Amino acid sequence: MSLLEVHDIHTFYGKIHALKGISIKVEQGQIVTLIGSNGAGKSTTLNTICGITPAAEGKILLDGQDITRVPAHQIVTRGVIQSPEGRKIFMRLTVRENLEMGAFTRNDKAEIARDMDFVFTRLPRLKERIWQLGGTLSGGEQQMLAIGRALMARPRILLLDEPSMGLAPLLVEEIFNIIKGINEQGVTILLVEQNALMALEIANQGYVLQSGEVKLADDADKLLDNDEVRKLYLGEV
Amino acid sequence: MASTASQPATTSGGDGVSLAQRIIKLLRNPLQVAGLVIVIFLVWTIIQNLTGLAAAGRPLSVERIIRVIIFGLAQGSIYALIALGYTLVYGILSMINFAHSEVFMSGAYIGFFAIHWAEQSGLLYSNTALALLITVTVGMAAAVTIAVLLERIAYRPLRGAPRLVPLITAIGASIALQQIFLRLFGSATRVYPEVNFYVLPQLFRLECETIDGAEICKGMDLINGRYDVQLLGMELQLRPIFFVVFFLAVLMMAILWYIVRRTKIGKAMRAVAEDRKTASLMGINVDRVIVSTFILGAALAGAAGVLFALYNTQVSPFMGFTPGIKAFTAAVIGGIGNIPGAMFGGLFLGVTESLAPTLLGMSSQLEDVIVFGLLILVLIFRPTGIFGEVLSEKKA
Repeated sequence: MSLLEVHDIHTFYGKIHALKGISIKVEQGQIVTLIGSNGAGKSTTLNTICGITPAAEGKILLDGQDITRVPAHQIVTRGVIQSPEGRKIFMRLTVRENLEMGAFTRNDKAEIARDMDFVFTRLPRLKERIWQLGGTLSGGEQQMLAIGRALMARPRILLLDEPSMGLAPLLVEEIFNIIKGINEQGVTILLVEQNALMALEIANQGYVLQSGEVKLADDADKLLDNDEVRKLYLGEV
Repeated sequence: MASTASQPATTSGGDGVSLAQRIIKLLRNPLQVAGLVIVIFLVWTIIQNLTGLAAAGRPLSVERIIRVIIFGLAQGSIYALIALGYTLVYGILSMINFAHSEVFMSGAYIGFFAIHWAEQSGLLYSNTALALLITVTVGMAAAVTIAVLLERIAYRPLRGAPRLVPLITAIGASIALQQIFLRLFGSATRVYPEVNFYVLPQLFRLECETIDGAEICKGMDLINGRYDVQLLGMELQLRPIFFVVFFLAVLMMAILWYIVRRTKIGKAMRAVAEDRKTASLMGINVDRVIVSTFILGAALAGAAGVLFALYNTQVSPFMGFTPGIKAFTAAVIGGIGNIPGAMFGGLFLGVTESLAPTLLGMSSQLEDVIVFGLLILVLIFRPTGIFGEVLSEKKA
C-alpha cells in the first residue's frame, strides 16, 4: 500500500475547474515531484491534499484511510504537513515561535525540544537568529525556517511547494541538499517545483501536470530523458 | 582626522534637510496645516486660560489637576479594557465588532443581578470581598457568554463574506442586544447598591470608634471612601476606587500581555492574525482561536463593566454606547489591531477627556467634543494611529 494515494480528484475555485481528475501515488520513503507550468494545478493539488481547498470529487487515502473530507487542521495531526508556496513564515513571530507553531498539535514538550535541536543541527543558520522576527530574515533563511517549521510537526509526508522560488542559485542548491538530507532521515516528500531539472534529479518519481491534468507520470530519471519534458520543462531546444 | 570630523557634520546636515523636507511636506497637506492651526489655537487657549485665571487671582491648583488626572486614569483604564476587545477582534478578523459595547453593558448589567442578590442575602455585608468577587465573575461570565454567542450566531456564518457585511451585522447585533435587554429587564435605570469595602484596619486607622476604651477602626473603604490626604503640602481629596480600578486594569492588561506573548494559544492568535491559511496548515483550529480571542476581549469588557458600575452606580441597556464608542476611538487613536496601542490609547483618552476641559476653561459637558476632536487630530497627523504603523502597511 502506498503512503499517499490520490484518486482522480476534482477541485473547483468557484466555477473554475482547477483539477480535472488528478491521480498520484507516493510510496513510503520516496521523493515524488510534481512539475509543470504556472496554473497547471500543482499548488492546488497540495492544497486539496491538505484540506485547504477540499476536493469536490475523488478520494485521498493516507495509509489506506480516507482523508478527503478531514478538515485542514486535523490533517496535520495525521502527519501530512505542507510548507506552502512563498514560504509564508509568520513575519511578526520570532524564529523560535515560528518553530513552535510548527509543533502546534503536539504536547510532548521534551520531544519538541529535541526536534528543535535537530532542526538547528540541520539548519544551523536558524539557531543564530532564534530571537529574530521572521520578517527580518533573508529569503534563504525564510525558506529554511519554513522547512524547519514543517519538520517540527514530525511529518510522515512533507509537501513542499516551490521551495526554490526566488532564491539565488547557490541557495537553491543548498535547499535541495537539505531536502535530500531530510528524505534520507526517512521523511517522504512530495515536491512541487518550477525548477524541474533539479527536482527530477533528486526525485524517485515525477508527475507532469498540465491544465489540471496529469500529462505524464514516470520514474524521475526517465522523465529527465523524455524529449517532450526536456523541451517543455527543462528549457532545451 | 579631518574625515572623522566631517563625518558627524554631514549626518547632522542630512537630518536638517530631512527635517526641512518634513516641514515642507507637512505644509503641502492642507489637512495637516488645518490640524496644526488647531493645535496652535488649543495651546494658545490653554495659555490664555491659565494666565487669565492667575491674573484673576484663582490660579489652577495643582491639587485639582492631580485629582482630575487620577479620575482620568481610572476612566481611561475602563476605556483601555474595552478598547482591547475591539483591537483583539480587529487584529484577527479585520472587523470592527460594534456589538462590543453591548458586551461591556451585559457585564455591568448582569453583574447588577449578582450584587443585588448579594445585597438581599446579606453576603454583601457579611463577606464583602467574596460578594464583589462573585459580582465580577458573574459580569465576566455574562460578557463572555454573549460574545461567544455573538461570534457563533452573527459572525462565523459570514466568514469569507465581503468586509462590509460583518460590519453591518455587528451594528445590527448591537441594536439587537440593546433591545433584548430592554425587553427582558425594562428601560429603568438600575442602581448598584452602596458598597463599603473596608480593608487593612491596622494600616489605615480610619473611621475609628472607641468601644469600651479600645479603639476599633474599620480601615479604608475601597469602593465608596473619600479621604482628604495631606501630601507634599497639598490637600488632596482622593477616592480609593479610582486607584483600585487603575490597578486592576493594569493587572488584567499584564495578564493579557502574558497570554498573547507567552502561551501557546496567544502565539496561535498572533499566527492566525497574520495568516489564517498558513495557521491552519500548522494544525491550528482557526475557529477555536477566533473564539478564544472573543472570550479574552469579552472577559476584559465584562470586568470593565462591573468596575465602571461600581463607581458610576447606574446601569441600563443603553449604558454601553458612550464608553463603547469612546473605547473604539481610543483603539483607533492607539492604532487599531495593536494591543499596546489600545492600552495607551485608552489611558491617553481618559486623561485628556478629564484634563482638557479644565485646562481649556471649558465646560466639562464638552468633553465628548474633545474626545472626538482628539481623534480627528490624531488621524490627521498619524492616519494609522499612534502605534499602528506596521499593521497598516500590511493590511492596507
